[in-house]
Amino acid sequence: MATAEITHEHHDHDHGHGHDDHHELAFWEKYIFSQDHKVIGIQYAITGLAFLFLGFCLMMLMRWNLAYPGTPVPYIGKFLQAFFNFGGSHVFTDKDGVPGVLTAEGYNTFGAMHGTIMVFFGVVPVAVAAFGNFVMPLQVGAPDMAFPKLNMASYWTFFVSCVIMMSSFFVAGGAAKSGWTSYAPLSVITDNGQHFFSGQTVWLLGMVFNITGSLLGSINTIATAIQLRAPGLTWMRLPFFVWTQLVTAFLLLLAFPPLEAAGFMQLMDRAFDTSFFMPTGLIVNGHLTQWNGGGSPLLWQHLFWFLAHPEVYVLILPAIGMVAEIIANNTRKPLYGYKAMVGGIFVLGFLSFVVWAHHMYMTGMGTKVAGFFQTTTVMISIPSVILVTALLLSLWGGSIRFTTPMLFATAFLPMFGIGGLTGIPLAFNAVDLYLHDTYYVIGHFHYVVAPGTIFAIFAGVYYWFPKATGRMMNDALGKLHFWLSLIFINGIFFPMFIQGMAGVHRRWFDGGIQYEQIITPVIYWNKFMSVSAFLLGAVQFVFIFNFFASIWRGRKVPNDNPWDATTLEWDTPTPPPHGNFIKEIVVYRGPYEYSVPGADKDFTPQSEPPKAEKLPTTAPIGVTPAPAH
Amino acid sequence: MEIPHTVTARPDTGLYNAKLAIWLFLASEVMLFGGLFSAYVFLRMGADDGYWPHGLLDVPIGTLNTFILVSSSITIVLAWASLKMRQWARHKLYLGITIALGVLFLCIKLGYEYPAKFKHFGVFIKKDSWSKYEDYLGNDHLKEAGLPPRPEISGHLHEVEIDATDADRPLLDNLIKRRDLVVLKSEEDGKRLTLKVNSPSDAEALRNALGAITNPEEQDPAKVQRKEPGVKMVAFEMALDEVNADPKNPKFDYPSFILRGLTEKTATIHAEDVDWWSAFYPKHSAYFAVYFLITGLHGLHVLGGIVVFTYFFFFGHKIYRRNPEQQANRIEVVGLYWHFVDLVWIFVFPIFYLL
Repeated sequence: MATAEITHEHHDHDHGHGHDDHHELAFWEKYIFSQDHKVIGIQYAITGLAFLFLGFCLMMLMRWNLAYPGTPVPYIGKFLQAFFNFGGSHVFTDKDGVPGVLTAEGYNTFGAMHGTIMVFFGVVPVAVAAFGNFVMPLQVGAPDMAFPKLNMASYWTFFVSCVIMMSSFFVAGGAAKSGWTSYAPLSVITDNGQHFFSGQTVWLLGMVFNITGSLLGSINTIATAIQLRAPGLTWMRLPFFVWTQLVTAFLLLLAFPPLEAAGFMQLMDRAFDTSFFMPTGLIVNGHLTQWNGGGSPLLWQHLFWFLAHPEVYVLILPAIGMVAEIIANNTRKPLYGYKAMVGGIFVLGFLSFVVWAHHMYMTGMGTKVAGFFQTTTVMISIPSVILVTALLLSLWGGSIRFTTPMLFATAFLPMFGIGGLTGIPLAFNAVDLYLHDTYYVIGHFHYVVAPGTIFAIFAGVYYWFPKATGRMMNDALGKLHFWLSLIFINGIFFPMFIQGMAGVHRRWFDGGIQYEQIITPVIYWNKFMSVSAFLLGAVQFVFIFNFFASIWRGRKVPNDNPWDATTLEWDTPTPPPHGNFIKEIVVYRGPYEYSVPGADKDFTPQSEPPKAEKLPTTAPIGVTPAPAH
Repeated sequence: MEIPHTVTARPDTGLYNAKLAIWLFLASEVMLFGGLFSAYVFLRMGADDGYWPHGLLDVPIGTLNTFILVSSSITIVLAWASLKMRQWARHKLYLGITIALGVLFLCIKLGYEYPAKFKHFGVFIKKDSWSKYEDYLGNDHLKEAGLPPRPEISGHLHEVEIDATDADRPLLDNLIKRRDLVVLKSEEDGKRLTLKVNSPSDAEALRNALGAITNPEEQDPAKVQRKEPGVKMVAFEMALDEVNADPKNPKFDYPSFILRGLTEKTATIHAEDVDWWSAFYPKHSAYFAVYFLITGLHGLHVLGGIVVFTYFFFFGHKIYRRNPEQQANRIEVVGLYWHFVDLVWIFVFPIFYLL
C-alpha cells in the first residue's frame, strides 16, 4: 500500500542523518529496564493481564466454595493447600483426610486479594498504564513520553508493589483478609501484634508503592498529552482515547494521594499503635484493645472512598476511550457528538470527586450528608448517559465491520449499560439500605468492570496487537473467545441481581448455606454461577493461546495501517521503533474523518495534508472538482 | 530521538515539560497533605471535651523553624536568579545557604523537638477518679470557669511500681539489667517491685516486652490474638508539669505560647485510676499521632529537597557548562517544590503550635 511505501522511503532518508540514539541498546536496556514507552506499555500489559488471570483464579476458588461448600477443590486441592499454607497461614484445610477445602479465613483472604488485585494490579495497569503508555503517545504524535526515565521508574515502582503484594500470601497469618476496602477497625486489629509483617501491613506497604507508581505515571501522561502534541494537533483534534487518558490521569493524580495518606495512618495504627481509626473503648472478644482510642473508623472510609470512587471512573474512562476508537474505526463514521463526549468526561471527572460517600449510606453518617451525596450521584449519571448514548448513536447508519475488536466494543455498550442502570437504585439512600452488601451490588459493579472494562481491554488488545507485534490475532479464535465469554460472563453476573434482591449477603461464606431457610428460592443459582465462572476461565485459554501463537505465527500485517484507521499511531512503522515516527508529523484534521464525502478513500488520516492546499486556485473549495489522480 | 520542550517552553502552553510536571506533582502533594489535614480536622472535631491537648509544643522554637524555612525559600530564589544571570559563584553561595538552612531545620526538629517529646510522659485519668486527683487536675475549678476538663497529668516519669509473677522473673531481670534500671524497693518476695526508670521508654518496654499472646493457636481471624501483660503496673511516680503542679491557677486556664516547664513537685498515680498512659509518642493521643505523621512526612519532604540540592551543589556544574538554562530550570523546578514544602509548614505551624 501507498502509505507503507512512503514511510519506508522516509526511513531510508532519515537513516542518512545518523541520529545519536541509533546505537544498539543492550538486551536489558531494550526489554527490561527500558525507557521506551512502548516496551513499558507492553511490560504493564503483560504484568496486568497476568494479575487479571490470577485475580480470576482466586475468584474461581471462592466460587467453588460457594457452589460446593466444604468440598475439597478437585485435582489441584493438594497443591493449593501446600502452596497457600506455605507461610503458616490457614487458607486451606483437610476434610476427611482430603486436602483442599477453603477455610472461612481463606475465603476472606481471597475476597480481599481478588478485589485488590483486580482493581489495583489488573485493570488499572492494563487499561490505564499499558494502553496509556503504548497508544497515547503515538496518538499525539510524540517520540516518547515526556519523561522516559520517570516512566521506567513508575513501572518498576509498580513492579515492586506487585512483589510486595504477592509476598503477603506467604507471611505468617496469610494475606490481607479485611476486604479490598480494608475497613478499620477490623483491618487494624486483624493479625495485629504477633508479627510486624502480617498480611494487612504488607498490603499497606504494597499499596503505598502502587500509589506512588500511579502518581508518577499520571504526571507523565498529562505532561505528554499537553506538551508533546504534534504540530497541528489542537485540542479538538485529539482522539477521544487521549482525552479519556488525560482525565483519568487527573483522577489518579488527585484522588490517590488521600488514600496514600490514609495508608500511612493505617500503617501507624498497626505498627505504632496510634489511634487514627480506632474508636475509644473498642472491645474485641471481651478484651479492651491496646489502642488509646479517640480515632474514627469513619475517617478511613471517607479517605478510602475519596480515592475509590474516582477509581471507578479510572477503570471505566479508558475503556470508553478504547471503545470509542474502535467504534469509529469499524463503523467507518465519525463519533457522534465528539465535543459532547469530551465535555461529558470532564463533567464526569469533576463529579466523581463529590460522590464518594454514597458508598457509606450504611454508616449512619447522617441524612443530610446522605442527601447531598444522593443528589450528586444522580447527577453523575447524566454525563455517563451522554457517553453511552453518543457511542450508541455512532453505530447508527454505519456500515459496521464486525471484526473481533468491534464485537467486544459493541458488547461493551449493553453490558456497561446494565452495569450503569442497575447503579441508579443504589444511588438512592432508602433503596441502598436494603441492597447494600448484597449480591446486587456485586452484580452492579462487576457488570461495569468485567463485561464492561475487561471487554474493552480485550477489544483494545485485539485492535492494537498488530501495531505492537506486526501480526494480526486470529479472527476465528477471537470470535470464539468473544461469544463464549459473553455468554458465560452473563451467566456469572446476571443471577447476582436475582440473589441480591432476595437478600443474599455478599460476604457469606459457604454460599450462605447457614442461612438456607432465608434464601432457598435463590440458592441454586450458586452452582449455575460457579459453573459459568469455570467455563469462562476455560474460555480464556483460547485467548491466551491466540495471544502467544499470534506473536510468532500470526498473519503478518498487510501494511502499517491494517484497520484503515485515521489516528496517528497508524502512521508509524510496524512495530514502531524507538522514537516512533520516521517522518515529520503534522496534523491537518480531526481524529475521525471516515467516509468523508468526496474523499478518494473512506478514511483520511490525520496527518494527510488537505487537497485544497495543493490546488493553485482561489475558487471556493466546495466548487472545485476533486483532482484526478 | 529527542523529546521536545525539555528546556525551552512550548509556545502555546508557555511551559517546559518539567515545569508542568512539577506543578502536577505539587497538585498531588496538595491532595496528600489535604488528606492529612482533613484527618486532623476530623479527629479534632471528634475529640471529646478536653482530650485535644494544647500548649504542649514549643512555640518560640517553632517560630524559629518557620523563620529558617521561609529564609531558605528566599535564598533558593536568589540562587535561581543568580543562575539566570549566569553568576555561578553567587548561585553556589545561595544554594549552600539553602542547604544549610534546611539541615538546621531538621536538626532542630529531630535533635531537640522530637526527643523532648519522647522524654515527656502523660497519664489520662479515668473519669470516675478525677476527684481523687483534683489537686493535679483542677477540674472543679475548670468547671466553675466554664472551661473544658483536664483529663491528663503529665511530666517526667521517675519511678514505676510493678507486680510481677515468678514466670516473668527471668525476662524481667534481663530487662532491668539491659536497661540499667534500679530496684528501689522489693516487697512480697520480689513480686512487687519499685523501679527507678530513666525515661518513659523503660516503662513502655516493661509493658511490651513481657506481653504474651493469649491464644497463639487460634486460627480464626475474628478471634483476635492480643497481648496479655505479664507485668502489671501498680503506680507511677512522676515530676509534674507546671500545669498539674498548680492546676487551679487561672494563668493555666488557657494555653500559653511559652512552653510550661517542669516542677520539682512529684505525684504518685495509681494504675487502677489510669485510662491510658504513654510517653508523648504517636500513640499517646490522636493529637500526637497526627502531629508526628504530618511533621514526619513534612520532614521527609525537607530531607528530599536537601538531597536534591546537595546533588546540584556538587554535580550541577556539568550541566551548567553544557546548557546553563537547563540548570536554571532544574533549580527553578526544585525551588517550586521547596516553596511548597515551606507552604506546608506555614499550615503545620499554626494548626499544631498555635490553635
